[in-house]
Amino acid sequence: MSQISVQNLTVGYEKDIVLRNLNFAVNAGNYLCIVGENGSGKSTLVKTLLGLIAPMNGYIIFDEDLSRSEIGYLPQQTDIQRDFPASVREVVLSGFQGRMGLRPFYKAEEKQEAEAQMRRMGISDFAKRCYRDLSGGQQQRVLLARALCATKKLLLLDEPVTGLDPAVTQELYELIASLHAEGVTIIMISHDVEAAVKYATHILHIGDITFFGSKKDYLNSQPGRRFLSGKKERGEK
Amino acid sequence: MFAQLAYYLSYSFVRNALIVGVLIALCSSLLGVTLVLKRFSFIGDGLSHVAFGAIAIASVMKLTNRMFLVLPVTILCAVLLLRAGTRTKIKGDAMVAMLSVGALAFGYLLMNIFSTSSNLSGDVCSTLFGSQSILTLTTTDVILCSVLSVVVVLIFVVFYHKIFDVTFDENFARASGTKAGLYNLIIAVTIAVIIVLAMNLVGSLLISALVIFPALSAMRVYKSFFSVTVCSAVTGVVCALIGMIVSIFADTPVGSTIVAVDVLAFGLFTAAGFLQGRARVVA
Ligand SMILES: Nc1ncnc2c1ncn2[C@@H]1O[C@H](COP(=O)(O)OP(=O)(O)OP(=O)(O)O)[C@@H](O)[C@H]1O
Ligand SMILES: [Mg+2]
Repeated sequence: MSQISVQNLTVGYEKDIVLRNLNFAVNAGNYLCIVGENGSGKSTLVKTLLGLIAPMNGYIIFDEDLSRSEIGYLPQQTDIQRDFPASVREVVLSGFQGRMGLRPFYKAEEKQEAEAQMRRMGISDFAKRCYRDLSGGQQQRVLLARALCATKKLLLLDEPVTGLDPAVTQELYELIASLHAEGVTIIMISHDVEAAVKYATHILHIGDITFFGSKKDYLNSQPGRRFLSGKKERGEK
Repeated sequence: MFAQLAYYLSYSFVRNALIVGVLIALCSSLLGVTLVLKRFSFIGDGLSHVAFGAIAIASVMKLTNRMFLVLPVTILCAVLLLRAGTRTKIKGDAMVAMLSVGALAFGYLLMNIFSTSSNLSGDVCSTLFGSQSILTLTTTDVILCSVLSVVVVLIFVVFYHKIFDVTFDENFARASGTKAGLYNLIIAVTIAVIIVLAMNLVGSLLISALVIFPALSAMRVYKSFFSVTVCSAVTGVVCALIGMIVSIFADTPVGSTIVAVDVLAFGLFTAAGFLQGRARVVA
């Protein structure tokens, strides 16, 4: 059974429809890349999956043992203010909130787990630093650690590498790939088609033509070829 | 001087004033951090004007304890403003402005038309600026204030981590299953309670200062939510104590004296933050 299956989903804001009649499914252990032009509705789709905005039509069906609160989310942009006082540790720990219900304080195991996630993301040294004073790549790793505190099942990443330099981008991709190797389902929005093709098992292409299927089928499909060659042309210029 | 202070402290109304002042300063500086970070400061300001309007109505109706009218009205407005504010930013802003000026105007109008008091401008002035009213608190006021403050502090401690969660990144909080709406509601109601409490101390025009200055001061120097919260609470309480003592000795209006001390503290913290930044650059 699929972890998430989407049937005839139409998403948008109030009266503006952004995407119509989407159908796709994500199985446990998949690595799905969502690609598409700017403004095609990728972030809108993700927000709908997360329940931040209501679907306009259609269904999102979650597997029995995956509740919506078990999705770790890495937003595209955080409109966190520039001078928000929050230490890295506080941010990472807040990942547990979703499962805590009304319990007011963190348990000792949760604190240990947060430390472990910070170590794994290589951010233990900044645990006491202010989140806002970190570089973009370090901030992304903090948010990834927070997402991992929220869940071990499914991560939803909205353009996690935007604004990062190639080396850091590569590092982040490898980190995500290692999580995937451990069995975490990954759904990632990316403009980086090469990375999508390298790491993903499935591709969802949205835009004028919608495509959903395995990576191999995508490479042979018309939107896939067009998107890939388009990217290359632009890259060469 | 200490002898004189001890002399003043032997009066129960002075002790009451100090207790209430400290409690109110503690509550408002605790929640102030969230208010500033959530960009709710404008709501706080609007609510204080609503509270003024409610007080006017209460005094026209000659209620014996005005709190029982003012508190529910202010809480209701807090909830309404929060609703409006989360839908669209600009409309929320405009609504706060409308509500606050409207309440101010109607409040003053009502007091003018119906007032039987011989000293109307004095009454209005003390509602707006607090004047010496803290020294005339009744025992009921003190008890009600203390109980409410303790409740506010308890709520803050119990929901501290949730408040951080919905303040830092509300979308993530919602996505991971935190009931952000509920906690926003709790924050709004608590703020309304604090504002009504603080009316007694500093009057409705100066409440915002009591709420936001300690938080802004703390944010100059400290970088984590916890340290900012603690520092804000300590600053708020210390400033309130200094302000109240100064006002007793110098015979100045208590509200404005406290706010003046808060402003001074903000200046000091800004300087400290600047020096800290310099030190980091040099090192
Ligand atoms: N809050 C909003 N209210 C109304 N319309 C919106 C809102 N956010 C986005 N849109 C519109 O929805 C469409 C899809 O936006 P979305 O952010 O989902 O695109 P995207 O595929 O994520 O783009 P990008 O690659 O730039 O991140 C755009 O036309 C945008 O103008
Ligand atoms: Mg997007």
